[in-house]
Amino acid sequence: MTQTDNHADDIDSHTGMHTTGHEWDGIKELNTPLPRWWVNILYATIVWAFFYCIAYPAIPLIQSFTPGVLGWSSRQGVNDDLAKLRAQRAPIVAALSNASLQEIEQNPQLRTFAIAQGKAAFGDNCAPCHGAGGGGAKGYPNLNDDDWLWGGSLDQISETIHHGARAEDDQTRSGAMPAFGREGMLTPKQISDVADYVRSLSHLPMPQGVDLTAGAAVFEETCSACHGEKGQGNQDLGAPNLADAIWLYGSDKNTIVEGLTNGRGGVMPAWAGRLDATTIKALTVYVHTLGGGR
Amino acid sequence: MSLWHKHAVFEKNPIILLIGVLLVISIGGLVEILPLFYMKNTIEKVDGVRPYTPLELAGRDIYVREGCYLCHSQMIRALGDEVERYGHYSLAAESMYDHPFQWGSKRNGPDLARVGAKYSDQWHRQHLANPRSVVSASIMPGYPWLSRTELDAKHLSDNLRVQQLEGVPYTAEQIANAAVDARAQASEDDPESKAFAKRYPTAVARNYGGQVGKVTEADALIAYLQMLGTSVDFKIYHEKANIR
Repeated sequence: MTQTDNHADDIDSHTGMHTTGHEWDGIKELNTPLPRWWVNILYATIVWAFFYCIAYPAIPLIQSFTPGVLGWSSRQGVNDDLAKLRAQRAPIVAALSNASLQEIEQNPQLRTFAIAQGKAAFGDNCAPCHGAGGGGAKGYPNLNDDDWLWGGSLDQISETIHHGARAEDDQTRSGAMPAFGREGMLTPKQISDVADYVRSLSHLPMPQGVDLTAGAAVFEETCSACHGEKGQGNQDLGAPNLADAIWLYGSDKNTIVEGLTNGRGGVMPAWAGRLDATTIKALTVYVHTLGGGR
Repeated sequence: MSLWHKHAVFEKNPIILLIGVLLVISIGGLVEILPLFYMKNTIEKVDGVRPYTPLELAGRDIYVREGCYLCHSQMIRALGDEVERYGHYSLAAESMYDHPFQWGSKRNGPDLARVGAKYSDQWHRQHLANPRSVVSASIMPGYPWLSRTELDAKHLSDNLRVQQLEGVPYTAEQIANAAVDARAQASEDDPESKAFAKRYPTAVARNYGGQVGKVTEADALIAYLQMLGTSVDFKIYHEKANIR
């Protein structure tokens, strides 16, 4: 094996190209240099990196790092972006935060903006439980109807969004359906009776010959304090109306017995700490307009 | 032979080439990684970040076991759109007790860095069992066995001990009582509730929606999810004061 660096004029006879001069057992390597444009881009990036290190945060030192002559930082960057966004929204946000909920709903321009902003906030924060269109799911109230657990006025909706229901919040809406069966307050027979009676309140189909008198007695004794004598509900306690056709968990007897046995107490988180005041206002107006705002 | 041709030494001697490669990569590593360990301004000083409770740690292990990190990130980047949607960008200090961290890099699902307290326990339970039952367009698989499987607390103490080796400041008392604390946190009125509250003053103990008296893997995972991103109070956090 011979190898020589003296290859300047060594030209391969088959291709007519220069060789590198490297030769192994009679096989020579052709000299095909990298394309000029490619090499130039490489050099350009090296020069670019040099200036980049001067302009932006780059070299670590003992205590800190070189901050770069432009003074840019990613955190300052996001703050600037948000400040720009805030400045853009400032006039309408100011209008929203100065106006009362009632004024927003009566002013077409504010109302349109509130609904747009409310809809965006609803999609990320509320839709997972209440559904993309506010249609709800089992255990999560439908916001499109006019049946409200805690009240459907603007102020009541706002209060619910701020503090949630049975949430980790001092002013949260509280009130729970006790576990009458598990805690031994009602016997299984009484639970079955009152479940039949409750179904009769909203005129649901019933097996022939069911005697409702026992259930009615249990209802008056135990349930009417919260749900009202006629089962019409009480929004101060979040006690649902039992005489309408809307059921949060379901209207079949098994579901009602399950609720009577183990209690119910759906949790809605408090949003006051997570969403700013304007967003909650917008959400309130949005939810109010969804269906049956009062 | 000019300097330009000195590279022939590396090309002809594999050992010298290997040493050269190691040297170059080490310099890159030292310059990029080492400063993060000693420079003070890489981790902000914030109040509120605490080590995970045993129940949360167990939940975190389930999070890792089920591969949640493959589709969910826990890192709100310092970008306007992210802050608009998820809340304040993540701070390094918020994952100071994460070994290993769960920042992730893929978002088939939403970022979870601040999912804590955003939804109810019951929602999480239902969503874990069958995501489509609450979010009809979800592509997340269901994990229905989590609420059926009792939490194995046998190795919780060892788990805390390993975390301690990695620098998490667990006390000997916390390590010894890991299994007891896991039970206590999953209930409002456990006999050990007071002792738990004393060992983890800022942790929340409650029934996470499961069966009373039985701690399942779902309870642990929900306890973990419900505390994510809730430790730092950003109303009193001041970023300028934290630049060191």
